[in-house]
Amino acid sequence: MTEGAKRAPIEPLWEVFVRSRRGLSHVHVGSLHAPDATMALRNARDVYTRRQEGVSIWVVPATDITASSPDEKDEFFDPAADKVYRHPTFYQVPEGVEHL
Amino acid sequence: MSDPRANDLSTYSLRLGDDALIAAQRTAEWIAAAPQLEEDVALGNIGLDQLGQARSLLQYAGTVEGAGRSEDDLAYFRDEREFLNLQLCELPNGDFAQTIAKLLYFATYQHLLYEELRGGTDETLAGVAGKAVKEVAYHVDHATQWVLRLGDGTDESHRRMQAGLDAMWPYTAELFASDELVQRLDVAVDPSTLEEEWLRRVNQVIDESTCERPTSAYQHSGGRDGRHTEHFGYLLAELQHVARSHPGASW
Amino acid sequence: MLGVMDSFQATIDADGRIEPRDAMPEGYRKTLIRQIAQHAHSEIIGMQPEGNWISRAPSLRRKAILMAKVQDEAGHGLYLYAAAETLGVDRADLLDLLHAGKQKYSSIFNYPTLTWADIGAIGWLVDGAAIVNQVPLCRCSYGPYARAMVRVCKEESFHQRQGFEILHTLCNGTPAQKEMAQDALNRWWWPSLMMFGPPDASSTHSEQSMAWGIKRHSNDELRQRFVDMTVPQADVLGIRVPDDELTYDEATGRYSFTQPDFAELYEVVKGNGPCNQERLAHRVKAHEDGAWVREAAAAYAEKQAKKMQGSAA
Repeated sequence: MTEGAKRAPIEPLWEVFVRSRRGLSHVHVGSLHAPDATMALRNARDVYTRRQEGVSIWVVPATDITASSPDEKDEFFDPAADKVYRHPTFYQVPEGVEHL
Repeated sequence: MSDPRANDLSTYSLRLGDDALIAAQRTAEWIAAAPQLEEDVALGNIGLDQLGQARSLLQYAGTVEGAGRSEDDLAYFRDEREFLNLQLCELPNGDFAQTIAKLLYFATYQHLLYEELRGGTDETLAGVAGKAVKEVAYHVDHATQWVLRLGDGTDESHRRMQAGLDAMWPYTAELFASDELVQRLDVAVDPSTLEEEWLRRVNQVIDESTCERPTSAYQHSGGRDGRHTEHFGYLLAELQHVARSHPGASW
Repeated sequence: MLGVMDSFQATIDADGRIEPRDAMPEGYRKTLIRQIAQHAHSEIIGMQPEGNWISRAPSLRRKAILMAKVQDEAGHGLYLYAAAETLGVDRADLLDLLHAGKQKYSSIFNYPTLTWADIGAIGWLVDGAAIVNQVPLCRCSYGPYARAMVRVCKEESFHQRQGFEILHTLCNGTPAQKEMAQDALNRWWWPSLMMFGPPDASSTHSEQSMAWGIKRHSNDELRQRFVDMTVPQADVLGIRVPDDELTYDEATGRYSFTQPDFAELYEVVKGNGPCNQERLAHRVKAHEDGAWVREAAAAYAEKQAKKMQGSAA
């Protein structure tokens, strides 16, 4: 931006999460700009559920999200890699055993 | 058409259908010209709702009339004096505040009207109203949100919102004008019965927005009799010219 | 320990996705911002040539379809600006660059829509070309762009079909309607071919973009794919592609065709097309006319926030 150029105040960015149907979690679908939460919710309805994509919407100010840093990726996520015992497929089940 | 009741019902559907059609035509003018991208999308949704209502109502008017006229025959091949919409719907958009004022007045009226019609004995009208009532509830909400923001935003927006509310006000008495047809036709809603609640709702929004309630000594009328504003001919010319240049063609 | 750029390259080499906060070369970031912004600008400028026919659409069904389509384009612009913003730019700044003529949009939208058939031609040819260009972008190496494109492509497929349907109806209508369809094809064919950009030999950004996984196929390759796809559709419509040299090669199953006049493309890109001035002026006017509305909304939000603080204290 050149200095002194006339511009409207920046509208905050909102992250949008939509529950596509009952029983499912809200999933991040994108973002949009809106002056406040009320308008953000309405804009999200118009922009992200035009084709019946949702039954419930969350909007969150983008600045309120705390994210893990890609630099910490190794210490954050690699330790989970060797804990195969957390996954059911780790366990051998004798043939013929059902409901397990 | 010899059946006077069918004649009334067709005319009544045409009135409501023309309101929605002409409102949609104006709303659509905002697409690619709205103050922000999100608003382009929002007004697009509103216009599409209005157009959808128009199509159902015009189609029904044609069916009841029984002369084989389709929704398109009615939309594209009638002249100015045959259109029965409220003048409020045909007025130019003006600035965004004027458009929002128009939407607040019109959508609140439509909402009250459809709420009544939804429970009526005419199955088709009740069906159209049942679907539309949810749509226009959203239009009312959208208009309300903006009246509040513009009214209680900056000095400039307050001034413009007030001007918009004032400019559209003289076209609101027509919304509630009763006549013989609505009194005669059993399934019609007499719009005069909606006025009190309309005023209450609209005033509530205006009060909260810090704007003043408009007043006007003069009130326009004539739309239901096919007497329109000068703006209407241009609107219709644009709407109809391609279809009329190719009579009998399919699209 | 690996350097951050090594991890970037390793991700690219493994055909993985780069995400917003990953380290990335400055050139990659800049290229993406330029491309995504240009793409977003194209969507919103593209609303104009079609949007101006909403009021004149010759049936109510067509009017509804066109409204929904142009509205979708606003939505697509919105998704794409949001993708660009993950790279650390602000939408308002990108719009300023567009309005100042410092960022481009697709030149196709600098051609005028003269008849109703043009709305069919834009859907069929322009959206068709866009889909050929865009489907590979769903696999673009930058995650937010790829995800936006998945959404865009899903919605675009209706756009192309409705365009074809418009022309199909015209071609089976009155002689005047069919003539209108042929005229539209004559005018939109060459600009559509230009949508794939300059020939590979003279394309400045292509090679690096391919290496980065931003671009998946060359301009010429995509242009050929478009012609192969479109010519048989013209045959179904019963209108003629305006290229005397167009021939089908049985052996390869591909068409050989005349290249568009790229000198014209460069002129239009430079700003010397039939509608460049109008398109930009319309966009700038909408933006400026809306400034007081955006200011009002921000002022209101601030007032409300203060009230909340006041009542909490």
